[in-house]
Amino acid sequence: KTVCDLNLSSVLMNSNLVHRADSFFLATKMAAPLTLLLIVAVTIRAVLFRSSWAELISERVEVVSPLNAWKRVVEGLALLDLGVSPYSGDVFHETPFMIYLFHFVVDYAEIVFMVSPDLVFCLSRFLTSLKQKYALESDRYPADCLELLRSPKEMFYIPLKVAMFYLLNPFTILSCVAKSTCGLNNAIIALFILCTLKGSALLSGILLALATYQSIYPLTLFAPALLFFLQRLYIPVNLRRSSFWFFTLQYAFIYVGSLVVITGLSFFLLGSWDFIPSVYGFIFSVPDLTPNIGLFWYFFAEMFEHFRLFFICVFQINVFFYTIPLSIKLKEHPVFLIFMQIAIISIFKSYPTVGDVALYMAFLPAWSHLYRFLRNIFLVSCVLLACSALFPVLWHLWIYAGSANSNFYYAITLLFNFGQILLVSDYFYAYLRREHHLTHGLYLKKKDGTEATLVLK
Amino acid sequence: MGLLSDPNRRKALTGLLTRLNTPICIVCYLAGIVWFMGLAFEPFTLRTYMSENAMGSTMVEERFSSGERALSLAKEFDAHKRKAGGMPVEWLVKAMQSRGLEVFTQSFSRKLPFPDENKERYMVRGTNVYGILRAPRAPRTEALVITAPCSPGNTNNQAVALLLALAQYFRNQIYWAKDIIFLVNEHDLIGTQAWLEGYHHTNITEYISGSLRGRAGSIQAALSLELSSDVITSLDLVLEGLNGQLPNLDLANLFYAFCQKLGVLCTIQGKLQRNDWDTAEGYTHAAQTMMLMVLKQACGRSWGDHGLFLRYHIEAASVRGINSFRHYKTDATTIGRLLEGMVRKLNNLLERLHQSYFFYLLPSLSRFVSIGYYMPAFGLLAVILLLRALDLWVHLGAPALAAVDGVTEAEQPSSPGVLTVLTPVVISHLTGVALYLLPVHLQEMAVEHFPVSETEAVVLTAIAIYTAGLALPHNTQRLLSGEGTEQGWKVLKLTALLYLAVLLGCTALINFSLGFILAVTLVPITASITPALYAVVMVLLSPAFTILYCVFIYQELIEAPVSVSEGWMLFLSVISQGILDHALYGSLVYPLLALFIYPCWLMFWNILFWN
Repeated sequence: KTVCDLNLSSVLMNSNLVHRADSFFLATKMAAPLTLLLIVAVTIRAVLFRSSWAELISERVEVVSPLNAWKRVVEGLALLDLGVSPYSGDVFHETPFMIYLFHFVVDYAEIVFMVSPDLVFCLSRFLTSLKQKYALESDRYPADCLELLRSPKEMFYIPLKVAMFYLLNPFTILSCVAKSTCGLNNAIIALFILCTLKGSALLSGILLALATYQSIYPLTLFAPALLFFLQRLYIPVNLRRSSFWFFTLQYAFIYVGSLVVITGLSFFLLGSWDFIPSVYGFIFSVPDLTPNIGLFWYFFAEMFEHFRLFFICVFQINVFFYTIPLSIKLKEHPVFLIFMQIAIISIFKSYPTVGDVALYMAFLPAWSHLYRFLRNIFLVSCVLLACSALFPVLWHLWIYAGSANSNFYYAITLLFNFGQILLVSDYFYAYLRREHHLTHGLYLKKKDGTEATLVLK
Repeated sequence: MGLLSDPNRRKALTGLLTRLNTPICIVCYLAGIVWFMGLAFEPFTLRTYMSENAMGSTMVEERFSSGERALSLAKEFDAHKRKAGGMPVEWLVKAMQSRGLEVFTQSFSRKLPFPDENKERYMVRGTNVYGILRAPRAPRTEALVITAPCSPGNTNNQAVALLLALAQYFRNQIYWAKDIIFLVNEHDLIGTQAWLEGYHHTNITEYISGSLRGRAGSIQAALSLELSSDVITSLDLVLEGLNGQLPNLDLANLFYAFCQKLGVLCTIQGKLQRNDWDTAEGYTHAAQTMMLMVLKQACGRSWGDHGLFLRYHIEAASVRGINSFRHYKTDATTIGRLLEGMVRKLNNLLERLHQSYFFYLLPSLSRFVSIGYYMPAFGLLAVILLLRALDLWVHLGAPALAAVDGVTEAEQPSSPGVLTVLTPVVISHLTGVALYLLPVHLQEMAVEHFPVSETEAVVLTAIAIYTAGLALPHNTQRLLSGEGTEQGWKVLKLTALLYLAVLLGCTALINFSLGFILAVTLVPITASITPALYAVVMVLLSPAFTILYCVFIYQELIEAPVSVSEGWMLFLSVISQGILDHALYGSLVYPLLALFIYPCWLMFWNILFWN
């Protein structure tokens, strides 16, 4: 009965009221499954932490990278305690904030790692409010598109599904059990998205600065966040309008300002600028070629030294370059743009781990309404599943048995990234196609009356 | 990417694949089998060649001449062995010391999880004796190992004696750049395992062993020698190691090259090489040799002392002397020279053997099939599973997504569809866990209540659990959703097919033979399963029956065919050996079968009782 009432209200009443009713509904009906989910997720992690597998998992190159390995954090802490700069030597690559955080909570590290992913799912609860507008605007679209719009009932489960996809995703669990600090970075990005969706420009700017400070790449999320706020404040993206420039500068100021403050604070904490080359230089110039699930290590192990700079530029530009065309194409849909950006970061960043993959995979249930337009989901699922199983097998053959070699492992890395790119581009296509159908009707006809098919070229 | 983005062409392709699915699958299966059998045909194989420069171009002159002395030494050793009632440790230490080696001993003990009836041992206690010849010409950072097992009874005395004679001869040479370790191990594989764990400071299989007091550098290669008579007619090379691992092909090439040079008859799998490849007999012979290799590799046990070295990244092979009363005879001096030549070539190595192949099959010693040639045979079988999965996916349409996600995220109670699939998956895997854990842990209880020995108890418990798994309540979906729907079993089949494909793919990469044999028996039944299929067919192609067939085929191939009852006894001993190999040396075949293959098969079994 509640569902019915809400259905009615969502059409009749204004957005604010719906939102309130929605939150109320969430609070009452979702609490039980969410609690259950939390308990299950925490239990799995706690059991794995205590089992003998924890050590094995924390050594896997797929799960930890030189940037976020717990072993290196411990080493950095030891150096700090001895009064040596943690960045002396070439082991520690975390930011100064991170080391001071762990300096105080090192005894409770496991708890921190267990709690941090839980933060992420907070974001999920608020994704719904955004989607609400489709239901409200339904009268604007042609009649046959109504089936493309999601009923409020479907949407109530999205927060739960997002939380489930993140908390029970084996990738997240592995990353958490390995105590990879990737989980904390994910939590910061999730909080940033949450604040953005809540419409708090100040908090969003600060958290984006913090995420950027942690791993640089979230820099590209500046564009979607800005687009979101502009849309929210009904400011058209028009370069000749002063209101556009005013808000852009305002947001940029918050962002850059907090970035400067954070960096300055780090300097005062540490008393030196050591961390700049050791963290950001390390991310950009990729000196550590330990194999991982990314694309960098094999290329730069094979590369002649004098081409290195050129190719590093080529590889790194991948992460940042797609922001421009995607922002233009998706300027009406900043939330989807955020998803695309996070996915691109996790594919093209220099030291990716499965924790990064898990972050953007958590968004997939939010786009469940695109499912009917996906074309390669079977192929992609098979590829990703097979690759996840083959990573440890080929690693074993290469490193322990000594019978295979790095080419085998890299082949799987390539396949894994191929699968990810296919997944992301498939969702992109599906999103565009849904938008097309929303404006042009679901059952398209050609001029001569035959059924038309949409082709992406 | 045209195929992936153009909807018309995609539709045409999926239409073709679903319409012609069954014929394509049958063709793929037959093509896979034919491809595999074709591998033994000589024109399709490659001639072996030495890839390693350091071993290829250098000339070695063999001068070892004290074969006769070795034989008299063997008699002396035999006498002391009888007197000591086991390994004559003191005599060996003295003998090695008098030949100028640094001698050390290592004692070890291991309680087997249950008595090994083949070798009649339960509480194993023993001593390894090893002597190190320090390299005079180079920093002592690398080493070679020659090992001879000291077996009970009359066997292998000659090997130990030849080892001592070689040590004496090697001691007087100045060209050694690597330390040479002469190891005499007791209780064959158990001794080797204890020594290797001691040498590398690891403890993976719960041995209680003394630490090693003397070490040489990192071991580059190892040769294991087994001789049981004064005169032998041919030498057999054994390559198959733990979990189907093989040494670098260059080691086999090296052995073959020296056999050619010294005119020694050499065999592989006990089969001589034939030159008439274009006749039917010639082909059958090559096919039999290759099949033997496949069967031995698939069972994942170490077929000689060398097999355990492979895990430590040490290239190793066993050389076994065989006396089959042919006219052609080889004396101990020639065998000594052969070993001398091989060790000298290995001594020339500048880096570990890595140039040649690690994944190969040998239809004869001079011919090999590399991974690029044999993988398509497996690929053709595995692609059937994917084609069937695609077919099901197309038929199922939208609801199947939940099932695919159900594989990665085993706990998604979001829709009843997932739950119907999840329950059989969980039940099957719990049965698998029971099959893995219970036989060894329940043996005491079984021995109390039934008149059987421990070994029988373990094997029979395993078989009982296996059979009980078939009788479990497999129609849980009826309790959950009232009626077994057609959608339901299709989703389950899709899940199981993808699971099996990934499983077999991973297995075939690590141990091609095992993956291939499992694929040959499991693929046809799993691809064609519907609730209407006969249960008998399903049982006859289950993993346990696959093992039984392999036992009979193996006996047939080694020309010692057995009756049904003998075959059954062999089957029981194979199971107990498999469990023992897992506990003693860490062989992975038993856990693989119990924890993954069997549950996966049970998932298909479940479909049979869907309605």
